[in-house]
Amino acid sequence: MADSDGRQIDSINHAADGDGKGHGIVRAKTEGKELTKEEKQRLRKEKKQHKKNKKDDKVPTEKEKEKEKPSVQAPSKPVTQSPTHKAAAPVPVSASASESLAAAEKPVKTKAELRAERRARQDSERTSKQGKKEGGQQSTTSKPKASPSELQPVVKRLPEHVQVDDPAALKKLAKKLERQQKSGQGCGLNITGVKVPLRSDYGYKVSLFSHLHQYSRKNPPTQQISIPATVIHPSVVRLGLQYSQGIIAGSNARSVALLHAFKQVIQDYSTPPNEELSRDLVNKLSPYISFLSQCRPLSASMGNAIKYIKKEISNIPSQCKEEEAKGKLQECIDSYVNEKIILASEAISKYAIEKISNGDVILVYGCSSLVNHILCDAFEKQRKFRVIVVDSRPRLEGREALRRLVKKGIRCTYVLISALSYILPEVSKVFLGAHALLANGYVMSRVGTSQIALVAKAYNVPVLVCCETYKFCERVQTDSFVSNELDDPDDLIVTRNGKTHLENWQTVKSLGLLNLVYDVTPPDFVDLVITDLGMIPCTSVPVVLRVKNVDQ
Amino acid sequence: MPGADKETDLSERIESFLSELKRCGSGAGSLRGSAETARETSALLRRITAQARWSNAGELMEIIRKEGRRMTAAQPSETTVGNMVRRVLKIIREEYARSRGSSEETDQQESLHKLLTSGGSSEDNFRQHFPHLKANVIEAINELLTELEGTTDNISMQALEHIHSNEVIMTIGRSRTVEAFLKDAARKRKFHVIVAECAPFCQGHEMATILSKEDIETTVIPDAAIFAVMSRVNKVIIGTQTVLANGGLRALNGTHTLALAAKHHSTPLIVCAPMFKLSPQFPNEEDTFHKFVSPHEVLPFTEGEILSKVNAHCPVFDYVPPELITLFISNIGGNAPSYIYRLMSELYHPEDHEL
Repeated sequence: MADSDGRQIDSINHAADGDGKGHGIVRAKTEGKELTKEEKQRLRKEKKQHKKNKKDDKVPTEKEKEKEKPSVQAPSKPVTQSPTHKAAAPVPVSASASESLAAAEKPVKTKAELRAERRARQDSERTSKQGKKEGGQQSTTSKPKASPSELQPVVKRLPEHVQVDDPAALKKLAKKLERQQKSGQGCGLNITGVKVPLRSDYGYKVSLFSHLHQYSRKNPPTQQISIPATVIHPSVVRLGLQYSQGIIAGSNARSVALLHAFKQVIQDYSTPPNEELSRDLVNKLSPYISFLSQCRPLSASMGNAIKYIKKEISNIPSQCKEEEAKGKLQECIDSYVNEKIILASEAISKYAIEKISNGDVILVYGCSSLVNHILCDAFEKQRKFRVIVVDSRPRLEGREALRRLVKKGIRCTYVLISALSYILPEVSKVFLGAHALLANGYVMSRVGTSQIALVAKAYNVPVLVCCETYKFCERVQTDSFVSNELDDPDDLIVTRNGKTHLENWQTVKSLGLLNLVYDVTPPDFVDLVITDLGMIPCTSVPVVLRVKNVDQ
Repeated sequence: MPGADKETDLSERIESFLSELKRCGSGAGSLRGSAETARETSALLRRITAQARWSNAGELMEIIRKEGRRMTAAQPSETTVGNMVRRVLKIIREEYARSRGSSEETDQQESLHKLLTSGGSSEDNFRQHFPHLKANVIEAINELLTELEGTTDNISMQALEHIHSNEVIMTIGRSRTVEAFLKDAARKRKFHVIVAECAPFCQGHEMATILSKEDIETTVIPDAAIFAVMSRVNKVIIGTQTVLANGGLRALNGTHTLALAAKHHSTPLIVCAPMFKLSPQFPNEEDTFHKFVSPHEVLPFTEGEILSKVNAHCPVFDYVPPELITLFISNIGGNAPSYIYRLMSELYHPEDHEL
């Protein structure tokens, strides 16, 4: 950005330069009423940008940035002094210009009162624009030099899946899904009913959670898609169904399945004429991602994987041939899976085995692929320990973990989470898996994990959380309400002794069922986090994130 | 002969009561509430007093003690039975003392002076025969029965003092006392109740349906979500199976977790328990404290081959230490856990702690 600013100044100082970057310079030579017209044009352009920014996706694309640059630079020309005033002091880019694209505007001291007024108006507009501008546009491409010293104000747009109670947000989502339908129709065929479906909520939602979606497993999102779905690739449709029915569950499994499906998509992709692979492929992926998030809200690990893919795609140089580019992308995905998931679990297992001693009684909760891997490895390395598996309704994932451990030959005990206080005096260590690690040190994991950590703390049993670094996420959260997932409420219904008490819960209007999926554990309950970078305390998560960002 | 008939009739009744106790103890908690058990026990003890053969208070106490031991052995986890037996024994002592003319206080206090001067004289105290003792004892047991009838109402009358409007109250499992408490408060106040279902028996579901029929906003959550929702809860109100002598509880499994979560968020924990649940036991006996039921509730037989290689546990009760409890609401009013020892000394005589 700094370079383009320099270029701008040069072009202004060489007044006669007639570069094609806008009529602004030519017009700027004349003063008076021409400038007011120019100003009106600028205002119009700013309003257009403003509207466009509201519709943007979180992840910026090069295309948008390039479009914005000329439009921002054009109005800034008349602002910067006319060529007659050669004493154009380029005002240093103010701190607010860390907003990447607004940086081009430079208010310059002028003699005319008119100019001062205009500048004042500009300032107010700029501040209002900043307030509404999305921080998503300033991710990796914003000024890298400014980052060490300046703390960038992050104004993030709220993800859609936590704004269910806002009718405006829902309308926006519906419009976005329709737009994605249109973008898929490139060939002029009149396809009816093909679009990314908008799933509707099911059942009575507890008022504390009215801002979240609650879907039923009996209404899969694919009911509204016609066959064949030309907008959405069939492997993505299959993946979405597997997510929504709970066939693929678990953070690592979901990410790996997502990456494999995207590999297939890239394989089948062919660049349409007059389009560049790096831009078009990213656009193609957007409706898939919307569809998947309709099936089941994206997990933090999936979000990071998608960001990585999009970055890799947009970094493909334009002269690269299609086959070569596709091959490169497939390699990138393979290496991501290998490094971040498979090798990471080997590294974590190596660290964790130092913490398991002979005679230990280890407590695990639910089914975490990583924790199971650690225990199986430790057992192979001849450590003598026994495991207590704690499980909870309604998912009963612990039974899967139990099966895997028993198959390996590990001695296991099995209890439900309500018997935790009974079993905990026997336990020497607790190993927990995580879904994501938040930037304020909180651990987001399956619901019930925080309870286990709480009771373990009360009995003075050490709690160790195992988590790969690709699950670290920049969000912060302090309670389990603001951002969570509501599962199908019918799962809580159970038949015992021939009686099903909650059978007709829908008919009773003051009865609600709440089936939470995640909860957050405060860092004071967690003693150690074992990651592929080593063993760190919970509060070092933002350090790791910073290190990762600098690396990238 | 009428005497023999009475005897056989009495022993039949006792036997049937014992078999009921043995049967209802297994499975999802008691099929009938503790209040019913208490009432039936007291009624049975009254019948024993009326129909058994005894000539002085000591013999009566022996008979009752013997039957009491049999009853508690039939179902050790049902402590209400033992409590009622002890109450009746105390009644007998009181009536005896009153008949003798001495005040009750002097009998109670075991001062060092008394121990040295009186020696073993307290033993023969119950050998005197009083003609009206039987009638007095039966009358006192009738009073006890009326007290038992009114416990739930007495507790629910205090509901409005503790629940304000727009509260979020959390409870676990099913307790008839808490049910009555909340229903009474709901007549005048609007509040929201969150019920933890308490797997594997899931009695919370029944509780939720009952409460929601009274138009109380109810939400059912799985046990795993207790800590997650606790930050929005204003009060935790629970029932219990037994109140122990140190002020702790023997309550449904999962209650200890609930109490710890409440402590972490500084939410008050209120226990609604009538006085007949107060038991002179301490939680020290590790092996007899816990009661287990069949592990197929936890790991059903459909799991097949792994069943033989896995230990599964299904405890029914949990111990909650007194530090986690804020208030006891009973039919005689509200008390702090530190006061429980005093209440116990008023209800039971120290020599009856061990039946």
